[in-house]
Amino acid sequence: MAVIECNNVSIRYKTGDIKAIGLKEYVMRKIKGNYSVNEFWADKNINFSLEKGDMLGIVGTNGAGKSTLLKAVTGIMIPTEGEVKTEGKIAALLELASGFDPELTVRENTYLRGALLGYTKEFIVNKYDEIIAFAELEDFQEHMFKQLSSGMKSRLAFSIACLIEPDILILDEVLSVGDEGFKDVSARRIKSILAGGVTGILVSHSVEQVRELCNKVLWLDHGKQIAFGPTKIVCNAYSGFLYTSKAKRKLPSNEEELYEASDRFLHAWYIGEKEKREGKVNFDESVAVKYGRLLNIIDSMTPEEREVLKQEYKALKGGK
Amino acid sequence: MIQKIKQYKFLFEELVKRDFKKKYKRTVLGVMWSILAPLLNVLVLMVVFVNFFGRTQDHFIIYIFSGTLVMSFFTEATQGCMRALMANASIFTKINVPKALFLMSKTLQAFINFLLTFIIFFVFCIFNDIDFGFHMLTLIYPVLTLLFFSFGVGMILSALFVFFRDVEYLYGIFLTILNYVSAIFYPTSILGKYEMIFHANPVYVYIDYIRTVVIDGVIPSFPLHSLCFIYAVVFLLVGCLIYKKCNHEFLYYV
Repeated sequence: MAVIECNNVSIRYKTGDIKAIGLKEYVMRKIKGNYSVNEFWADKNINFSLEKGDMLGIVGTNGAGKSTLLKAVTGIMIPTEGEVKTEGKIAALLELASGFDPELTVRENTYLRGALLGYTKEFIVNKYDEIIAFAELEDFQEHMFKQLSSGMKSRLAFSIACLIEPDILILDEVLSVGDEGFKDVSARRIKSILAGGVTGILVSHSVEQVRELCNKVLWLDHGKQIAFGPTKIVCNAYSGFLYTSKAKRKLPSNEEELYEASDRFLHAWYIGEKEKREGKVNFDESVAVKYGRLLNIIDSMTPEEREVLKQEYKALKGGK
Repeated sequence: MIQKIKQYKFLFEELVKRDFKKKYKRTVLGVMWSILAPLLNVLVLMVVFVNFFGRTQDHFIIYIFSGTLVMSFFTEATQGCMRALMANASIFTKINVPKALFLMSKTLQAFINFLLTFIIFFVFCIFNDIDFGFHMLTLIYPVLTLLFFSFGVGMILSALFVFFRDVEYLYGIFLTILNYVSAIFYPTSILGKYEMIFHANPVYVYIDYIRTVVIDGVIPSFPLHSLCFIYAVVFLLVGCLIYKKCNHEFLYYV
C-alpha cells in the first residue's frame, strides 16, 4: 500500500488575469485589446509512489517545480490535473522559519506551531521539553522569536517537525541549517525517523545529501519529470547533467538514456581516480571544474575508447 | 471526527491567544482600551449633540450608546476578518489549515470586547432608570445573530481582500457612510413614512432590536426577529460558499 501516490499530477499557474492585475488595469487592457492570461505549468505529468519507510529526494535546477510539487503533496494546493493520495499525518518543513510569529516567545511559538501542524494540546505539553532540549534553546524559552539567531530559528522549526512523530515528513532545503554539530545531529535524527517507518520527501540542492539520505530520487526539470528511480542511477545522471556546461546539457528522455548518463558520470569519476593514482592531482581545481573537464574527456572519446573504459570500469567494480 | 474537533479547538485557542497578546502588546492599559474607546466615542457624541445641537430625547445617551455599541463591534470584527486571511498568508501557504479559523479568532476577539462594552452599557442603563425585567434576556438573540452576520461579512471581505487590495480603502469609506446611515445619533422618524427603509440596513436592524428591548422595554415584533435571522444566515452562507469555492485559490494571490 503506497503512502504517497502522485498520479499524473500537473499544476498550472495563471498570471495576468483580472485578479492579479486589478480592476483598473483589466479595464485598460480590455480597451486597448491586449488583455491576455498567461499560464504556465509548474509541474506537468508527475508520477511516483512511495511505500512506508521510503525517502524520496527531489532534485532539479532552480524553477524545476520542486516546491510546488511539495505543496500539492501537503494538500496546500490542489493539482490542476491528476491527483495526490496520502495516508497519515503530514509534517512539512517548507521554508523553515516562516509561519513563526516574531512577536511571540519561543514557548508560545512552539505551541502555536504544534497546533498548526495538527496536534492536540496534551501531545505538545508532553513533548515540549524534548523539543526545546533538542533545539538547544533551554535558555531562550521566554525570548521573543525575533531575538533568536537564524540558526536557532531553524533549529526550533526542525525540532518541532521531527519530534512530533509524523507519518509523512517533508523537508524543503532544511538540512543545511545550524552549525556543523547540529547538521550532524539532524541528519542522524532524520535517519532514525526513517528507520521508524516514516515516509519522507527531501528537496535539496546538495546531491551528496540526497545520496546519503534517500533511497529513491525524482528528477524534475522545468516542471517535467525527467526520471524517477533508485538514488544511485538518478543522482549520477543528474550530477553529470549539472557538471556539463549549459550549452552541451542533454536531458535523458528514456530509461536507456538515463543509464547511459549515469555511466557517463561514473566513467568520468573513474578517470578522475586514475589520475589520482598517477599522481596527477590539481588541488586548486574545484569539484565542478574537475568534473566538467573529465566529462569533456568522456564526450570527446571515440566509441572504441569508451568501450575500453567501460570494460576497465566493470573489471574494477567486479573486483571489489 | 472527535479527534479533529479536539485538534482544531487547540489550534483555535492558540490563535486567539496569539491575537490577544499581539493586540495589547506594549499598551499600558491593555484590554481596558476596548472599553475606553467606545465609551469616549459615546461621550463625544453626547457632548456634540446635546450641547451644540440641543437634542433632548428620553434616554438619549442609551440611544446613542446602543448604536455605537453595535457599530463598533461590526467595524472591529469585519475589519479584523478582512485583514486576517492576508496577515496569515505565511502560514496557510506552508501548512494546510482551515483558513476560517484565522477569521474566527479575530471575530471572537471583537466579540469579547463587545461583551465588555455591553457591561458598561448596562451600567449606563442602571443610571438611566432603565427597567431590568425578564425581557432583557431576549438581548441574547440580536447579539448572537449579529455575531454570525458580522462573521459572514468578514468572510466575504477577507476573500475579496485577497483578490483586490482596493477593498481595504473602499470598505473604510463604506464604514464611514454606514456610520451615518445607521441612525446612531438621530431618530429614524426623519424619513417620515419611508422610515422602513432603515431596515434594509442590517446593522440598523440589530441596533433597532436592542433599542426596542432596552428603551421601549418590550420584546420586538416577529418581523424584526426574522430580519435579524435572515441577514445572519444569508451573509454567513455566502461567506461559506466563497470559502468553499476559493479555498485553494487564495494562495495564488497572496
